[in-house]
Amino acid sequence: MSGNGASSSSLNMISGEDVVNNNLSALVVDDSPLLRLLHDIHLKKYGLKVQVAENGKVAVDLFHLGASFDLVLMDKEMPVMNGVEATKELRAMGVTSMIVGVTSKDGPGEQQAFMEAGLDYCFEKPLTPEIISFLLEELNKHNNKN
Amino acid sequence: MMSLHDDRWKPRLLECEIPASNPKSLQISKPKKVNLRPHFLLLKFAFLPGFKYPVAKTGLPLWMLGLDADRLRADLNRLLAFLFHQGILDEQYLQLQQLQDESSPNFVSEVVNIYFHESEKLLRNLRSLLMDREFSDYDKMGIHLNQFIGSSSSIGAKRVRNVCVAFRAASDQNNRAGCLRALELLEHEYCILKNKLHELFQIEQQRLLAAGVRYPMLN
Repeated sequence: MSGNGASSSSLNMISGEDVVNNNLSALVVDDSPLLRLLHDIHLKKYGLKVQVAENGKVAVDLFHLGASFDLVLMDKEMPVMNGVEATKELRAMGVTSMIVGVTSKDGPGEQQAFMEAGLDYCFEKPLTPEIISFLLEELNKHNNKN
Repeated sequence: MMSLHDDRWKPRLLECEIPASNPKSLQISKPKKVNLRPHFLLLKFAFLPGFKYPVAKTGLPLWMLGLDADRLRADLNRLLAFLFHQGILDEQYLQLQQLQDESSPNFVSEVVNIYFHESEKLLRNLRSLLMDREFSDYDKMGIHLNQFIGSSSSIGAKRVRNVCVAFRAASDQNNRAGCLRALELLEHEYCILKNKLHELFQIEQQRLLAAGVRYPMLN
């Protein structure tokens, strides 16, 4: 599932090497150390500067302290503050970063609720290189427009 | 030629205690019979004055080096093929391997060890929930299972993930008997996966050691 009209069939599959991401930063929000490590390494391979947060509250606090990120990978189920609440709060704060939900195999209703919280896209775990390439391509297009 | 249908490849039903290492399972294939004839032929000349037998620093004749590394690489490939064929691993495991490089040479084993640690915690939590006679918190069970599904998908643990999905379906229906059956199957599948991955890493370690003597200094 994705937002802004992007579907899996329209994913622009490009090689990560084609996209230069030296100035992009990402925040990985996940309570699983394994997923944090995986996404951290994955994004660093594409040249992004990466920070991690173990739940939604830590992520929101980072933004409150003035941090900013181009991309936020947001897990849905987390203790303290889950992905839905964290996304709503970030959007209410005026955060315009690309927020991408990352979920386990959820029902369509649950993913819809997550999207409505303010996500740009939502994908099932794990994020593949093709999906990451697509997200970075979208991010670069968005940054070039601005 | 070893067949994938050889009995040694069939998953073994393991008891509950998951061993930290499984050295008894190292023997994947019978050692190749090495042709020593050239060695003995050369020995005929060994007593001639000035003869220098080509040996490596390890003392092994040069032509014998690399045989172990090649054999182990073949064993590794066979084991991987088996794991894919049986659906124990899927292509996500290959994605994991592609993330490993000189800057993160132990990435795969690091990730897999974190997975083992997380999984065993989740299995303990699930068993503890279900063993409680007054258990009714299926939402909590669902949260644990979502985590297990996510982490299993991320390392390519296909069969474990599929059992978790079935387990979650039983949990969504508040079906306690179904959950208990699913938990037993999950523990069984997890044991198989853990032992097979241990074998994989041990063969890889041996292969790297054996390949390390491939280019020794000559005397």
